[in-house]
Amino acid sequence: MSEDLSAIFSLVSMAILFGSLLGYAAIKFATEDDPVAEQIDALLPQTQCGQCGHPGCRPYAEAVANDEDEINKCIPGGEDTIHAMADLLGKEFIPLDADESDVIDTPVVAYIREDECIGCTKCIQACPMDAILGAAKQMHTVIVDECTGCDLCVEPCPVDCIDIIPEKQTQQTWVWTQPNGPGVSPGEMIPVRNIA
Amino acid sequence: MSVLHVTSPHVHRPFTMNALMRHVIYATIPGLIVLTVLFGWGTLINVIFASIVAIAAEAIVLKLRNRPTSFSIKDGSAILTAVLLALAIPPTAPWWLTIIGIVFAIVIAKQLYGGLGSNPFNPAMIGYVLLLISFPLEMTTWVPAYTTEGITSVPTFAQSFAMIFGSVDRDIIDGITMATPLDTFKTYAGNDLTKLQSASVLQGNIAGVGWEWVNVAFLIGGIYLIARKIITWHIPVAVLSGVFLFAGIFHTLDPDSYASPIFHLLSGGTMLGAFFIATDPVTAATSNKGKLIYGALIGVLIYVIRAWGGYPDAVAFAVLLLNLCAPTIEYYTQPRAYGHKKANSGIAK
Amino acid sequence: MSRRIWDIPGGIHPAENKQQSLQSGIIAANIPTELIIPIQQHIGAPGKPCVEVGDNVLKGQVIAGANGFVSVPTHAPTSGEVTAIESRPVQHPSQIDGLCIVIKTDGDDQWVNHSAINDYQSQERSYIIDAIRQAGIAGMGGAGFPSAIKLGIRPDTKIEQLLLNSAECEPYITADDSLIQERADEVIAGLKIMQWLVQPQETLIGIEDNKPNAIAALKQATADSNIEVVVVPTKYPSGGEKQLIYLLTGKEVASGGLPSDVGVICQNTGTAYAINRAIHYGEPLISRITTVTGDAITNKGNYEVLLGTPVSTLLSQADAKFDKTSRLIMGGPMMGFSIHNAAVPIVKVTNCLLAPTKKEIPEPDAEQACIRCGSCTQVCPAGLLPQQLYWFSKSNELEKAQHFNLADCIECGACSFVCPSNIPLVQYYRFSKGQIRKQEAETKKADQARERFEFRQARLEKEDREKEEKRKARAEAAAKKQAAKKAATAENTAASESGSTVSAGTESTGNTATTKLKSTWASATKRWKDAEKALKVAEKNGNDHIDALQKKVGQLKAKADNAKSLYDEAKLANAENADSSSSTSNLTTPITPEQPITPQQPATPPTNDPMQVLKQASADDFNTWKAAQQKVQEAEATPSDGVDIELLRKVEAEAKEKSVASKTAMKEARAKEKEAMQAKKAVEDPTKQLKLDAAITRTKAKKALKALESLGEDHASYGALKTAYEKAHTAAENAELALKAAEEA
Repeated sequence: MSEDLSAIFSLVSMAILFGSLLGYAAIKFATEDDPVAEQIDALLPQTQCGQCGHPGCRPYAEAVANDEDEINKCIPGGEDTIHAMADLLGKEFIPLDADESDVIDTPVVAYIREDECIGCTKCIQACPMDAILGAAKQMHTVIVDECTGCDLCVEPCPVDCIDIIPEKQTQQTWVWTQPNGPGVSPGEMIPVRNIA
Repeated sequence: MSVLHVTSPHVHRPFTMNALMRHVIYATIPGLIVLTVLFGWGTLINVIFASIVAIAAEAIVLKLRNRPTSFSIKDGSAILTAVLLALAIPPTAPWWLTIIGIVFAIVIAKQLYGGLGSNPFNPAMIGYVLLLISFPLEMTTWVPAYTTEGITSVPTFAQSFAMIFGSVDRDIIDGITMATPLDTFKTYAGNDLTKLQSASVLQGNIAGVGWEWVNVAFLIGGIYLIARKIITWHIPVAVLSGVFLFAGIFHTLDPDSYASPIFHLLSGGTMLGAFFIATDPVTAATSNKGKLIYGALIGVLIYVIRAWGGYPDAVAFAVLLLNLCAPTIEYYTQPRAYGHKKANSGIAK
Repeated sequence: MSRRIWDIPGGIHPAENKQQSLQSGIIAANIPTELIIPIQQHIGAPGKPCVEVGDNVLKGQVIAGANGFVSVPTHAPTSGEVTAIESRPVQHPSQIDGLCIVIKTDGDDQWVNHSAINDYQSQERSYIIDAIRQAGIAGMGGAGFPSAIKLGIRPDTKIEQLLLNSAECEPYITADDSLIQERADEVIAGLKIMQWLVQPQETLIGIEDNKPNAIAALKQATADSNIEVVVVPTKYPSGGEKQLIYLLTGKEVASGGLPSDVGVICQNTGTAYAINRAIHYGEPLISRITTVTGDAITNKGNYEVLLGTPVSTLLSQADAKFDKTSRLIMGGPMMGFSIHNAAVPIVKVTNCLLAPTKKEIPEPDAEQACIRCGSCTQVCPAGLLPQQLYWFSKSNELEKAQHFNLADCIECGACSFVCPSNIPLVQYYRFSKGQIRKQEAETKKADQARERFEFRQARLEKEDREKEEKRKARAEAAAKKQAAKKAATAENTAASESGSTVSAGTESTGNTATTKLKSTWASATKRWKDAEKALKVAEKNGNDHIDALQKKVGQLKAKADNAKSLYDEAKLANAENADSSSSTSNLTTPITPEQPITPQQPATPPTNDPMQVLKQASADDFNTWKAAQQKVQEAEATPSDGVDIELLRKVEAEAKEKSVASKTAMKEARAKEKEAMQAKKAVEDPTKQLKLDAAITRTKAKKALKALESLGEDHASYGALKTAYEKAHTAAENAELALKAAEEA
């Protein structure tokens, strides 16, 4: 009888001891992780284009965090973003949910053909970045550095004077390409102009 | 006028991979000569036959993989694999043994992993181990070296050819072959001292009849490789030190059960393994510190398996086991880069 | 010499090929007809052009000012006219054009006013540093880092060693070598200026042992000074800044740090010469010595060339055989880059132009698989694992590449040089570095975008909130106003009521009645006008109720006329009864001015909806009629002689007629509208409409049946009801059939 009691006693006391230890550890060593949505949001390209069907990157991040949407909806982010999200969430990679034609590899920016602009301010209201400068009845222009190429200003324009064009490459943004790999000689023949 | 637009540097050392492979093959020539002199024409026939099989296998797989065939064969890596495997198998090995070993080495161990440079394991040793496990009898019987007591001649070219290509009964071959010194030592060491002392193959000057000269020949080839800067000294020195150190310790403790360190260094495939197999760059560690660790562990494993394992020789197993470890060794032995207080180690987050 | 040399790890010994360009002394290059001066010739922000097209400039005149801290000005290399400021091909491997100032030379080579700084040691150090900066001097070894920044150390930084980099380790290049051989004194003078500026504990010149003449010249020039010439073994890349620092001092510059962090400053030979020219002669950096070499060049040698001289000019002076050359390299064979356009100008960092033949530098062989032979590891001067970096770069594992210290790669090319597999390793690293840079820029941009987006959201929310608050405030104000108005009206009413009672006694009843009639007339006219307006609008819009409206307008017009005539009559009658009807005041008492005889708001906003007008009119007419009726009744109840009951009755009757008419018009219009709507609906969805019809008729039939059942058979109206029910039933059946037919169709 006393053995039973001592067994029960020791088990209970152990339960209490470890329980309180675990509880203490949970509080003491609690990691202040960013909420998942925040982490996902950090991976998204922040174009705020809405192509995922959400009204911005943050809402999409929240939807993914709450398992309400798939991780393959971000078209500007492309496969890299899907890989990053898959890694973060421990999910399988799934291919991008978009037509080939929708996917633009090169970075793009909006360009307003300024002589055609009538100054209606509609694009200014549509721009999620406040990257269009202008006033009513005044010509508008895009602040290229702030433009994410989200495309949202194109549709509201009543005179269709906004184009989405590839971002212009400069000496600063230019990078070397990856070599072709085994079997190919590096380099390419180029014509030299202006030989005297 | 057109000019080449290419990343710097514009000048290159005129030393290609083809040359590198060629030099390694050249370096095996002393060993090949000694093997032929001591054990007959079998090894030479095997080397040539294996090379032909290897090129054919490589060409077929490259074709199937839609890779440039002639370009890849020209690098000489398939021939090198064939030569190393042919040097490792007995001179009496029948033709089908060679084919199985080579095809497995080239197709499975090399090309299926992505071809040259992508294979995690030394293909020649994969082929060798497959043969050793599947055909232990054929793989452990050697004709005795003609310097062995009571042996007066080596098989002639015709005899060797007949043995390899199957026109000679296996029994006859078995009749003229004997165990290698390592095998013999393993059989008798520790339990039958008299037989151990009287075994004819162990009557050589240093390390069993004939084998010491084979190993010396490979040592010369290896020194040539180091001198030509084809390989660095790190791996061979570490392998040999590992073997020597362990053999030395145990021989000192119990000379009757454990052979002398010199015996270990100069018997079996020690030198071939240390200079030609462990140094296969594709599957070895690359940093100098990594090479030392990699080589030393191979040396230790060679000794451990020889002394207490189930097989008489152990170079292949030791090398393959360390091939497994090479990436890890690599991660933890990064050299300290200029401008850094200490070396990075481990894998990136 | 007992100085210790710290050997750098790795390194290679490529064929030197230096003798070819050392056969003659420094050759003065021709002044071309056109100079192209890029505004970016250094690391940092490009300069700002400060001349305009058409300006005449003199030699040494500033044509582009420094733009920010890490920037230097650019000067006109000779006199001439600025003919263009535009994008031109420049010295960049991307082949992307850069902004250049183009000067058409006049051949006079006329100097702008300039003067030497005499006795610089009596000046402030910052003044001398600024002079160096204003002279446009940037590191002339390759990177082009503004020299003034290097020399402008913080006062608390102690410089232990000042190094002059004369190693010139790259094959073919002899620009520094020849400069030292011919002008060692000037180089040393420049070095002494730097020595004075940074006050180092020791000053060392690092030079490779393959330049015996230069070593001799340097030793002679430094014989009576505390500058030490340190000869280092020839090995590429010992002339790399970090490598030379280690060679001479044993110090390593921390990854990502600057040499001054470890108390070292390292300057290029050409830079020292340029500083000497700037301080002792007042000449800005407008020319440099460039090695023109390679087997395709006939007159190999070192040319002193004006910055901005097109490559083609220099090459033709050196008599290049363009048909023989396989590459055109700006810089040395190890780190130079191919140029795509011979119009590219020579700039501050161009130390070599290399035009080799195919035989001299053959085309590269095809890339082969990496066999991890480790040759690259053996030669890497930065202690990296190039084969691992290659692997990660190839598979785009940028994070791992960074972990393996990709950033510390100096791109010297030693690994590619020795690679037996001909792998363009440096290109792989540059690719990865570029990707990392790109990724960083993208992350930065994304962060910026997020910030902007969130700010915008906050702003919009704030705006909404403010709007809402304003709206509330407005509503409150309006309510207050309303209340105030009400109170005022109440007061007014009270006042006017009392006033009217007061006036009731004085004013004649007839007058009041006339007033009423007058307002009736006025309102009728107003309504007519409104209706007319509505009609016009309707006509314009092609509304289908035009006929109803027209009818209504006609009616209203008649009514207005009628009202006018009534008013006129009443006026006349009034005038007749003016004296006799003084006792009829009681009649007016119930009719207060607020009595809604007049239509509510005369300012009914003209509405586009004709129905609205019709409705309004109908309501008004009804009210008018009712009012008239009341008046008649009152008049009847209290008969008075003074009031013409007949007249009132007539008014009443007419009002009634009008009310009925307008009501009919409205009903007609409404019915029409309903029909139209139904038709429209039917067009939209025939089955839907039919379904509705069927449901309606069915309900009707059911109702009729119920009614029928509730009545006894003997009831008077039973027969009629039964007929009605039967009719409804048939209608329901028909509707159902139609629906089915439609659905099938």
